[in-house]
Amino acid sequence: MRLKSFRGGVHAPDRKEATRDRPIEVLPPPARVVIPLQQHTGAPCEALVKEGDAVALGQKIGDSKAFVSAPVHASIAGKVTAVQLLPHPVLPKPVLSVVIEAGETPEVAAAGGPPDQAGYAAGWESLTVEQIKGSIREAGVVGLGGAAFPTHVKLSPSPEKPVDTLVLNGVECEPYLTNDHRLMLERGEEILEGARIVMKVLGVRRAFLGIEANKLDAIRHMEKLAVGAGVEVVGLKVKYPQGAEKQLIKAVLNREVPSGGLPFDVGVVVQNVGTVLAVREAVVRGKPLIERVLTVSGDGVGEPKNLLVRLGTSFAAVLEACGGATLDGEAKVLMGGPMMGIAQYSLEVPVIKGTSGILVFRRGRLERETPCIKCGRCVEVCPMGLMPVRIADYAEKDNFAMCQEYGVKDCIECGACAFVCDTRRPLVHWVKYAKWNLARKK
Amino acid sequence: MSDRFVVSASPHLRDTMNTRKVMWWVVIALAPAGLSSVWIFGWRSLLVQAVSVAACLAAEALSELALKRPITIGDGSAVVTGLLLAFCCPASSPWWMMVIGAAAAIFLVKQLFGGIGYNIFNPALAARAVLLSSWPVAMTAWSEPVRSFFRADVITAATPLGLMKEAARIQGPFTPPSYLDQLLGNIPGSLGETCKVALLAGALLLMILRIVDWRTPVSFLAAMAALSALLGRNPAFDLLSGGAVLGAFFMATDMVTSPTTKTGRWIFGAACGLLSVLIRAYGGFPEGVCYAILFMNCLNPSIEQYVRPRRFGARGLRKEATR
Repeated sequence: MRLKSFRGGVHAPDRKEATRDRPIEVLPPPARVVIPLQQHTGAPCEALVKEGDAVALGQKIGDSKAFVSAPVHASIAGKVTAVQLLPHPVLPKPVLSVVIEAGETPEVAAAGGPPDQAGYAAGWESLTVEQIKGSIREAGVVGLGGAAFPTHVKLSPSPEKPVDTLVLNGVECEPYLTNDHRLMLERGEEILEGARIVMKVLGVRRAFLGIEANKLDAIRHMEKLAVGAGVEVVGLKVKYPQGAEKQLIKAVLNREVPSGGLPFDVGVVVQNVGTVLAVREAVVRGKPLIERVLTVSGDGVGEPKNLLVRLGTSFAAVLEACGGATLDGEAKVLMGGPMMGIAQYSLEVPVIKGTSGILVFRRGRLERETPCIKCGRCVEVCPMGLMPVRIADYAEKDNFAMCQEYGVKDCIECGACAFVCDTRRPLVHWVKYAKWNLARKK
Repeated sequence: MSDRFVVSASPHLRDTMNTRKVMWWVVIALAPAGLSSVWIFGWRSLLVQAVSVAACLAAEALSELALKRPITIGDGSAVVTGLLLAFCCPASSPWWMMVIGAAAAIFLVKQLFGGIGYNIFNPALAARAVLLSSWPVAMTAWSEPVRSFFRADVITAATPLGLMKEAARIQGPFTPPSYLDQLLGNIPGSLGETCKVALLAGALLLMILRIVDWRTPVSFLAAMAALSALLGRNPAFDLLSGGAVLGAFFMATDMVTSPTTKTGRWIFGAACGLLSVLIRAYGGFPEGVCYAILFMNCLNPSIEQYVRPRRFGARGLRKEATR
């Protein structure tokens, strides 16, 4: 098999052994969930329920009129006990969230999922593109790879930019995470059906599924399933950030998304394998996005697992189900992978649509930064062809115009530069700082 | 369960290489050349290396005390500077000269510019330039190889490059030493530059560890050989007789004072090689590697300014600018 890849990148230890062979377990629905009204890129939702309301499983509880937004749903049946500002795992400030507590008769929740809505069993092939997109939007499907961009928006390219190819992202290049790997092994047929639905929406005939070569079992399995499905499996070199959208398109199709552009600009739409599975659930079963698979791992976790978890379950409850976590003053808790994940300050934050993993490390403290020795390693590994060392130099001096001149806006914040940095410079921190300041000045 | 966690920006996973490891690997890579030099030039070579390293460490600690900076002598960078300074001085150098050289390298060239990472010039080479202009006789009192630890004959001899320059001046005949002697270091010269085999072994280690980018030395030596051939000199002799190998692999590749981009390294290395030959051929000194690299250190900020990697999706850059 000839493996494809991109320029730059790093070889980080993948550390997936702990969970790669563990089948997805279902975490029983919790007694209480916290559903933030913003779990996606775009406009926040407005609450459709108020304190005291009874809600059914899968009931829409938040929505927005904005196009770039996605509704949120009750992930357990019960009663709304509060609509208030609560800590969020991604956003820096507390976010308006709906708190639901299960009633004394949790019979619907115990069923393990919402009943299939009537009329959906008829077969999606007969639905129109607009009907399908409507189902996807109504189900609140967003990109499950981490960025949580509303999927119906991603499936609506402008007519001037014809899309000819769908690329499915099964790369999962973040160390530790194995949730997409397990999904491909356990629910491969459904993923491919989801892919066919997305291909119909986009009107494309060609689809590729990129998988890194550290998941040979998934490559073989999907290759077998994909025969005749119009999806070609592409083996990719194990290199971080192979799963970044632009790098994936480059590796699979040798097309380069222009600076400042989107995959649309080169006729491509990229969807994570978990996302197309959610699309299938929405379109075939009428099931809203109320649960997702995530990997719980790291040396601070008692029993690492891949878990199917209801959205809104607290990190604390998830960790408890994984043999508890070793936490002392040095511990670090992440949402997502170790390269791009977000460090948490509380275990009370909920699992949201973009939570691909919960990692706990016993010793999270980083080595102290020493002066930069200009070794150039960050420049060598940058998959976007930038000079992180210069961007950081200028950001340190608050010279954001020069940061922009050095292409800070192209930075995908993959962290390859900071990973290899000999002097432990927080390069991604400086990039975020520069971007934030540039955005503020507008 | 405690509810206090470490919070920091991503990435949360880091490679294990750090400045300290880089520096100590360089020390290890310099060891073969340093040790073979003790055999070639006798115990005086060991003395010069030891004094130079000790003086560099002392200068680092004293400068940092005086400048109220944290003491960083454990990071190994002063040891590297001390070894490299000794490597480009004669084995007969008096101890006090090495102390002054070390002070110049560490205090003047490194710490006054801000310490590790901020110096413009390669400290060892800049200190060598200071010593050469201050004590030109002592700095060119090359000893004959003695091939014994216990001997340290103070018979001074000219380096092959010096002999060649002199021969060219008086238009007399010149026979270079055998290539085997040049490779093994069995020729007069700065104490660490002569044994090419030992230097290349260390350089290979650093290239395998990716501490040294092969582009700089390869372009350095290739440009040197090309210009040497063009000028009717002997390219093999130019590469092997003087400080070219030491300079190309260990001086021009100094991270702080050379470019961070691949293209920049090609340019930097090639320019060093060309300048070295030009100085050797037309300059007043028989050797040009030191000044060539120092000159290119001056140009390094400009190379960094103008040579940038090709940005991903660069075709879209113009569009972005007009928006």
